[in-house]
Amino acid sequence: MNKKLKSNLITYGMVLVAFVIMQILLSTGHISSLFKGLLVPICVYVVLALSLNLVVGISGELSLGHAGFMCAGAFASAFFTKCTMDTITVSGLRFFLAILIGAAVAAVFGILIGIPVLRLKGDYLAIVTLAFGEIIKNVVNAFYIGLDSKGFHFSMKDQFSMGMEPDGQIILNGPQGITGVSKDSTFIIGVVLILLTLFIVLNLIDSRDGRAIQAIRDNRIAASSVGLNITKYKLMAFTVSAALAGAAGALYSHNLATLQASKFNFNTSILVLVFVVLGGIGNMRGSVIAAVILTALPEMLRGLADYRMLIYAIVLIVMMLFNWAPKALEWRERYLGQLFKKTAKEGK
Amino acid sequence: MAPMLETRNLGISFGGLRAVNEFNIKIEKGELYGLIGPNGAGKTTLFNLLTGVYKPSEGFVFLDGEDITGKSTIEINKSGIARTFQNIRLFNKMTVLDNVKVGLHNHHPYSTLAGIFRTPSYRKVEKEMNERAMELLHVFDLDGEADYLASNLPYGKQRKLEIARALATDPKLLLLDEPAAGMNPNETKELMNTIHFVRDHFDMTILLIEHDMKLVSGICEKLTVLNFGEVLCQGETAQVLQNPQVIKAYLGE
Repeated sequence: MNKKLKSNLITYGMVLVAFVIMQILLSTGHISSLFKGLLVPICVYVVLALSLNLVVGISGELSLGHAGFMCAGAFASAFFTKCTMDTITVSGLRFFLAILIGAAVAAVFGILIGIPVLRLKGDYLAIVTLAFGEIIKNVVNAFYIGLDSKGFHFSMKDQFSMGMEPDGQIILNGPQGITGVSKDSTFIIGVVLILLTLFIVLNLIDSRDGRAIQAIRDNRIAASSVGLNITKYKLMAFTVSAALAGAAGALYSHNLATLQASKFNFNTSILVLVFVVLGGIGNMRGSVIAAVILTALPEMLRGLADYRMLIYAIVLIVMMLFNWAPKALEWRERYLGQLFKKTAKEGK
Repeated sequence: MAPMLETRNLGISFGGLRAVNEFNIKIEKGELYGLIGPNGAGKTTLFNLLTGVYKPSEGFVFLDGEDITGKSTIEINKSGIARTFQNIRLFNKMTVLDNVKVGLHNHHPYSTLAGIFRTPSYRKVEKEMNERAMELLHVFDLDGEADYLASNLPYGKQRKLEIARALATDPKLLLLDEPAAGMNPNETKELMNTIHFVRDHFDMTILLIEHDMKLVSGICEKLTVLNFGEVLCQGETAQVLQNPQVIKAYLGE
């Protein structure tokens, strides 16, 4: 019990220390403007990796459609911000509400998709989540929504068939997406969101419901024999994960000049899955580290031009070996284990 | 008083295969009841029928007077039947303590939000759960291994942990599917003591499937012999084991 708490505190501490270091570097001007622009995306990917790890690591289901939930959250929150730009002038409050709305809409999608999908197992579930992720993206891509003095207008054909008054304003413009969302995302809000996500995920895992979710992952038949409602707990993990991905989407969308649905494609889902697998399935601290390194790395290697992707790939392989090869695990246990005994053991 | 477990003409077919046919049994509260029979006789199928894994094609199951026929596994567990499995099914990547706490799940509720925000009710209920789980682990001499992963326990202790987890759901009737399978004579002897202790200490009714005749004749008060899905013989252990039909079908001549 105590061991778990200690390990969790180390994770929180790690994020805080990284935040303080970044803040100091920022204020002394040691950070390039390129890297500065990367701070919010890093936070976005950390939150995404944590939320996906809840499904893949704790609930034990391979989900390949995580970008879909991010997409739902991103567009719902951006839509909200566009509509309330004039009514809610305090940007902090508006962004807070936008994040909540992004999370709520993504959670609704999580429930709607979870109900049919969670009846499947293993590979089948993975393929269907992939399909749903693409569906969300493509549906958003086909929507046109405008606002004028008469209210909302809506079309799935093009912007002219909405029949808007000349004073109207197009909010969601099909494949061109939403433009001009106020840039409310900051590094500080991103870090707060990471800490909040860690708090929710780690506490959920170490509670009655979290144990039920893990028990179902380990043995479905035994779990139902002790009276656990399989569907309920699978759906709970899936929905919480979707909500957190939606919040990450809100953070993402308020950091861009133009928000387009095409960004939330299969590649994004796989990228987040790579963070989870490399950081260690079920290991939340690993997800944070992997997401930070692998988001920052391509930018930091920019100076190497053509060798950039080569080195990125090598880092992927090395990290994979370090985390999963039996020999490497043995080595880690022996040498690093002495350095921080508790953390290495937990990190498995 | 109604018997703890009663079945009336229970039967199930899988396609053309008649796995269990016209099965009748009455188990009184506090009895230690044995279910034996050759391989493929339908013993485990019967357990699956009693716990709701399979729905019976016909017949009824009554637990303590309550009709539980056709209910789901979850409802049946809540009504009061807990079981162990022939091939051990533990939550392998969880600790020994957490395995038992999962068993306590339905009896110690708090809301999801209470769990996330660590409210006083979370702390209170978790404390109760820990105490109760440690009590159960102590009964099975597993309290020293509470922080181990379940998969790291030796075989005999895994069997014990499975029984502890089943007891954590606070059942009226405990079904044990070949608890002594793969155990050496010493472990079997220890297991016999444990089963006796569980019956007395928890005031439990126990139905067990077993091939080890020493264990069956040592602890079971009554026996039912299954053969090809049908009851071959039923009654007091000593008499059943002397029945010539039973000896022929099962023990060999």
